[in-house]
Amino acid sequence: MREKILRWESILLLLVVAVFAWGWQSTPGFAEADNLSFLLLDYTEVALLALALLPIILTGQIDLSVASILGFCSALTGVLWNAGMAFETIVPLVLLAGAVLGSLNAALIVRFGLPALAVTIGTLGLYRGLAYIVLGDGAVTGFPDSYRPFATDTVAGSFLPYATLLVLVVAALAAVVVHHTPIGRSLYAIGLGEQTARFSGIRVDRLKFTLYIVSGVLCAIASLVYTLRYNSARADNAYGMELIAVAAVLLGGVSIFGGRGTVVGVGSALLLMAGLRNVLFLNDVTNEIQNVINGLLLIISVLVPVVAGLLRRRRHPVAAAATEQPPQQTLPDPVAASTAHGSPEEDQR
Amino acid sequence: MIHSRWRRSRAALAVISAGLVAALVAGCGGTTKDSASEADTGSGTQRSADPNAPIKDGLKIAFLPKEIDNPYENIVDEGGIEAVTELKGTGKEVGPSDASASSQVSYINTLVQQNQDAIVIAANDPNAVAPALKDAMAKDIAVVTYDSDAAADARQVFVNQANSEDIGRKQIQLISEQIGGKGKIAILSATPNATNQNTWIKFMKDELKKPEYADIELVKIAYGDDDDQKSFQETQALLRSIPDLKGIVSPTTVGISAAARYISSSPYKGKVKLTGLGTPNQMRQFIKDGTVEAFALWDPKQLGYLAGYAAAALASGQISGAEGETLKAGKLGEREIGKDGEIILGPPTVFDADNIDQYDF
Repeated sequence: MREKILRWESILLLLVVAVFAWGWQSTPGFAEADNLSFLLLDYTEVALLALALLPIILTGQIDLSVASILGFCSALTGVLWNAGMAFETIVPLVLLAGAVLGSLNAALIVRFGLPALAVTIGTLGLYRGLAYIVLGDGAVTGFPDSYRPFATDTVAGSFLPYATLLVLVVAALAAVVVHHTPIGRSLYAIGLGEQTARFSGIRVDRLKFTLYIVSGVLCAIASLVYTLRYNSARADNAYGMELIAVAAVLLGGVSIFGGRGTVVGVGSALLLMAGLRNVLFLNDVTNEIQNVINGLLLIISVLVPVVAGLLRRRRHPVAAAATEQPPQQTLPDPVAASTAHGSPEEDQR
Repeated sequence: MIHSRWRRSRAALAVISAGLVAALVAGCGGTTKDSASEADTGSGTQRSADPNAPIKDGLKIAFLPKEIDNPYENIVDEGGIEAVTELKGTGKEVGPSDASASSQVSYINTLVQQNQDAIVIAANDPNAVAPALKDAMAKDIAVVTYDSDAAADARQVFVNQANSEDIGRKQIQLISEQIGGKGKIAILSATPNATNQNTWIKFMKDELKKPEYADIELVKIAYGDDDDQKSFQETQALLRSIPDLKGIVSPTTVGISAAARYISSSPYKGKVKLTGLGTPNQMRQFIKDGTVEAFALWDPKQLGYLAGYAAAALASGQISGAEGETLKAGKLGEREIGKDGEIILGPPTVFDADNIDQYDF
């Protein structure tokens, strides 16, 4: 089991290396520090949204309102800034707004037991609409030069943008929580079977509630990066970005049904998408072709495990049957799942 | 029920007070809009220009429209690429598939990385693209905006299609010729608060004050909301309610084509004149069947052509974008650079039965 998961991530990492090597060899300007910074900067917000989504998808839930929360928080930043409020005041208020929007999602999903897909499709429209109500279709600009470098500049003497540093910190935190704490193991347990997890003493509701609030706050952080990076607060900021973030999570080998996936996988997928996009851009490949390539990658990422499973079943019918049954039936003892000390990969499938 | 409502309001109270505390803690002093704008310093590095410098060979010039699948902008860029080819350079069109505010930024960064000599852009958001464009200018890449401007300090030259005054006055001149300088006219506009429409209408009214139009009376301004069906119905209503109406001016491409469609199949055809702003492809059949004599619009291909020449001249050091410089623009002749680096294409082009077949947009 562990081998198989590692295998998808190794494939991704190999692809990342291949794309970067290809860019370095074939494309003038690719390996320059400036370009590598653009490449990373272009994906900072997507990465933050993907990291917000990862634990939610691990539990088998979804949050499609992430980009709309970003849009709303950006619009709010603009309105407050226009009203003459200090930027230092706006930041905590915007983070708070993210938390509030996240908890509204959570309240509908957890308290009323509504399906996450339906709720967050609803709030996807609702929050984007609120963004327009708050700010209209104009743009606010002129954010302070003292803060903008955090979203645009690189750590002195390197190509690493501060914003990417922020993403790395968030990713490291996520990796620790997801892979090395009881909370993380609970996420996998919920994803593999919510009822079982509930009966085995995991506080499913409270955990889910927290995930959506954390997601809201991460989206608010992403909105601050976005707003400062483009120096433009608008209601349509990051329109449609939720799909790119979900694609990155799924391409990273996270199961849409929950219970399987790693931070490393999602990180590799993000690097792969960012690198590929950059190389294709530099080679003047049109947007349509890029969409085709990204779409194919995503389909391959969900197809490979299935095909590999089919092949294995043909070769070792008995052994494969034991591992390839639907997750519900191969659930590890949930108590063990939530308290085991091994790495989470061992708990999957 | 009462209990849970109390709990909910208590939660809301907690959230609000937390926010207020955060605001108070952080609110004492800090960077506000006012203090930030004070610190803003304009640092335009003006390059010097040599009007006799030759256009460099092999210039690489990229056109970045609002979105790549917009037919209007594709024609503009075609004109631009034509200009660049004329100047022995390489022109290309790249761009995002959606017109969202920031999707152009990655393209700008890419073009910088590709060492293009000039970027010609129709900005989706004047401010979102500004940092990237300034970065490009800092790397000695010429930046020209067309159609839709970016922040003035983030580009050297803005090529504007035509000024509002010319557009407004031209339409009154057209309708006056068509109705013989005498009679009642009406305007069919888009929405009551459309900025460009209202600016044009203001200049139309001003033009009507001239003595040669003393016999023309503007009796009504109708609004079709840039909706085909509503514009159609408004035209109908205008003609019914004002029996001696002589002409309609519709300064919107949606309005003029809807009005033409109604008039062409009504008894008013040939009796009531119609003019305004439209595209040749929309209006061709109504010119051919005699419903419309002439209408106006700028020529998008020329707009791109002019922007292409401006980009090449900037990249070769012929101009720097300063007021008063002269741009040599091939078959379009010369244009003077106005205030804030603005170059105006010129008065709108008038399309009639004689020339409409030369245009395809």
